[in-house]
Amino acid sequence: MTKRHFSSIVLALGLLLGSSIQVAAAEGGELPSAGTNLRDQASLQRGAKLFFNYCVGCHSLKYMRYSRMAGDLGLTEQEVMQNLDFTGSKFNDPVISHMPKASASKWFGKAPPDLSLEVRARTADWVYGYLNSFYLDPSRPVGWNNTVFPNASMPFPLWELQGMQTAVKKPGSDEVEKLELSKPGKLTPAQYQQATRDLTNFLEYVSEPAAMQREHYGIWVLLFLAVYTLLAYMLKKEYWKDVHE
Amino acid sequence: MANVFTRMGDWVVERSPGMLPMYRKHMTEYYAPKNFNLWYYFGSLAMLVLVNQIVTGIFLTMNYNPSAAGAFDSVEYIMRDVEWGWLIRYMHSTGASLFFVVVFLHMFRGMMYGSFKKPRELVWLLGMLIYLALMAEAFMGYVLPWGNMSFWGAKVIISLFGTIPVIGSTLVQWIMGDYLPADATLNRFFALHVIALPLVLLLLVVLHLAALHEVGSNNPDGVEIKKGPKGNRWDPLKPADGIPFHPYYTVKDLFGVGVFLMIAAFIIFFAPMLGGWFLEHDNFIRANNLVTPAQIKPVWYFTPFYAIVRMFPAMFGTAVWGVLAMFSSIAVLFALPWFDVGEVKSIRYRGTGYKVALGLFVFAFFGLGAVGTDLTAELIPKLFGHVDVTFWENMFGRSMTAIYFGYFVFLWLYTHLGWEKTKPVPERVTTHD
Repeated sequence: MTKRHFSSIVLALGLLLGSSIQVAAAEGGELPSAGTNLRDQASLQRGAKLFFNYCVGCHSLKYMRYSRMAGDLGLTEQEVMQNLDFTGSKFNDPVISHMPKASASKWFGKAPPDLSLEVRARTADWVYGYLNSFYLDPSRPVGWNNTVFPNASMPFPLWELQGMQTAVKKPGSDEVEKLELSKPGKLTPAQYQQATRDLTNFLEYVSEPAAMQREHYGIWVLLFLAVYTLLAYMLKKEYWKDVHE
Repeated sequence: MANVFTRMGDWVVERSPGMLPMYRKHMTEYYAPKNFNLWYYFGSLAMLVLVNQIVTGIFLTMNYNPSAAGAFDSVEYIMRDVEWGWLIRYMHSTGASLFFVVVFLHMFRGMMYGSFKKPRELVWLLGMLIYLALMAEAFMGYVLPWGNMSFWGAKVIISLFGTIPVIGSTLVQWIMGDYLPADATLNRFFALHVIALPLVLLLLVVLHLAALHEVGSNNPDGVEIKKGPKGNRWDPLKPADGIPFHPYYTVKDLFGVGVFLMIAAFIIFFAPMLGGWFLEHDNFIRANNLVTPAQIKPVWYFTPFYAIVRMFPAMFGTAVWGVLAMFSSIAVLFALPWFDVGEVKSIRYRGTGYKVALGLFVFAFFGLGAVGTDLTAELIPKLFGHVDVTFWENMFGRSMTAIYFGYFVFLWLYTHLGWEKTKPVPERVTTHD
């Protein structure tokens, strides 16, 4: 390898490194890591159960079909229809909440958003952080506030699991310093974190069901390309023998 | 069997006598310098990406719905319900960003080795036209998914034309066909993105290659092989340092394609959003003219130019200065062959001043990119604590703008006034036998 080749490669790597530092910097912030894993099917199933028990009353997943979800999460049609589909939808229908939009706007000030793409729009860490950051705030219309999404209009339906948090304010200011569990719920803090991790994992899956396929095929595509590149390199060497003699 | 193929070939050649000579002229008897290095892969890779964009684009149009009401849903339909739709879309979205990666590297190669200099000015000008068309193509394509960043990005970029005195606001309405980016805007951008600009791009690529093959390729030594000794293994009258493009560079490019596809496949299959750089988080929210994203910024490949717009304050009652500066930043690139008239082409034999200036130019390009992506706004408080972020960001961005334009002023002085001390250029390319 000549010196010039070497410097070119160093430059190219420098460009790549520079961009990855930028990526890291852009994703910084104080959000805890969600630690989701789409390969953990049990976690996805638990997350789905939480979603259909606590969330679907208000939030739709309009781009997600029950049937697709069943296939990807390793559930049978019967399991989905009996345990998760509480909306009376057909197996091939998308997940639509029955809450009337107009009344929802009246009740909460804003209709609950569709969550099909929430993780892609906000990141998994944001959703996980949000689910762990509700606290009691009597000044808000629904009695709850959130440190990750201040003045969110959503009440906290998972309170019976987590319990109730209250905010410890910084002395002499309105800024929240930290949250304290003032009334424990059905789950321990560690169990609750795992539950919200499962729920975030499920929503991450919902935001891009193709993620499972692409990672599965990706390995084979890269292996194929590696073999192709090696063969192309050998072919090039063979052809160029007489140029370099 | 071989006889059948030979006869079929003869049959075609008899009826189209120009075809074989054309193939020879551009492939088997196009003599390219034998010393191409890593930097010479990016031209053919740009062609590969162009083909990828056209093929995947055709399949996307089969399922995309170009209306404000249906566009966003149809993209999710492609991602979820169309067989392999996710792969087609990721190939297209990743291809768009990688198109700019290879084109930037290709342009930088031209600057570094003086490929824009006489006699290749026309090749450079046509290449710059390709770049201009590519920017328009990418901008309009970015609007089509009709996410919230599509909407606000379109609004901001189109409103740049609104700074033009007198006709500005009329012009903006004419471009959008409405008072806001809306159905009419989306429809015309779709038409331009899938028909008009691809045709322009293809035509320009053909002309770019035709112009190149007329004068012949430059090389890392900046030596004109046509002026060197004659006679190689294939032809006694052709340059001694030339080798037939086919098969030598076609097999070499096959290898380059392999490496490039591995990088592309890694992104497509394992990180299609690339941390929000290739697909932005805000674009997974449907376009909404009532909700402004926290930061409106263009995709990464436009950020250096967008930063230049922001660095010029409104003066004399108009904000047109930043827009003028942005267009100038591209116009000066067109004029590069007339700014830099140094005889020596390649950076290998040019003066120290040139090397430093090119290094600074690259630094300024990245610096402006950092301003345009709001990276500086994030880093300044982290590095320097409580300071006036806007002030320091402007200071930094304006310095980078000054260096960007200063590069061209410097080159003009450096080469027109004969300040450059060059090294002797070899008679032949440095890796000849």
